[in-house]
Amino acid sequence: MTALGLLFYLLSAVALLAAVLAASRRNPIHAVCCAMVVFLAVAGLFVVLGAPLPGVLEVVVYAGAIMVLFLFIIMLLDLKAEAGTVPMARFLVPGVFAAATLAALFALIGTDPSGRMPLPMALATPAAVGQMLFDNYWMAVEAVSILLFAALAAVLLLGRTPPANANKGSAA
Amino acid sequence: MNVPLSHVLAVAAALFVIGGVCAVARRSIIMILVGVEFMLTAACLAFVGAALAWGNLDGQAAVIIVMGAAAAEAALGLALLVHGRRGGGTANADDYNRLAG
Repeated sequence: MTALGLLFYLLSAVALLAAVLAASRRNPIHAVCCAMVVFLAVAGLFVVLGAPLPGVLEVVVYAGAIMVLFLFIIMLLDLKAEAGTVPMARFLVPGVFAAATLAALFALIGTDPSGRMPLPMALATPAAVGQMLFDNYWMAVEAVSILLFAALAAVLLLGRTPPANANKGSAA
Repeated sequence: MNVPLSHVLAVAAALFVIGGVCAVARRSIIMILVGVEFMLTAACLAFVGAALAWGNLDGQAAVIIVMGAAAAEAALGLALLVHGRRGGGTANADDYNRLAG
């Protein structure tokens, strides 16, 4: 077992444990902080798997931007913080389906004999990934940029303060 | 590195299922969105593992595109939550049932 292999299993355990914690906390701020741990651990997994550019983007975009946006919205809306965990009974029915899905996925993964070979050691430079992205997938990059622009326009429309004479529908 | 691809895929599958349970079982809209983010991250993890196993960079390019989609999804979902809350709604998904008969 090499050091990188150990790091992989350690980071996987941290990510899965923090994901379970995030799914079961009632206090949304605690849950989002656990989710941040998940994304930092997954960023470490990306670096271990030889993808430093997605790893850095995971920290900047997920753990940095998206999770801070979640925290910001929770504090802005002043959601009431409830202590403890979600009652286990609510996880019963989804848990049954999840166990069935997980069993099917593990069986499917186990049937692939090529999946048992150890992965090679490799490190993709960010320059190579960027070159490949803009050579082969420039259309997808443009589509994502249009998607982000559409999301920006929609957020501006939804977040607009209603005019003073038209706020009859908003209950304070 | 002594890690086979099947272990990477198993971790991704477990994270995906945890995210799915979080999105289905929780009632708070914030936690539903967090569950969806977990599912997208699990897909990214599978892409990165596959990119390493096949020795090409297409999987890493897909991760960057998925991240753009996830950012748009989170921003739009939270803006809808703020909009609903401003109109007198709550952060509880079960309360948005005005279309129910």
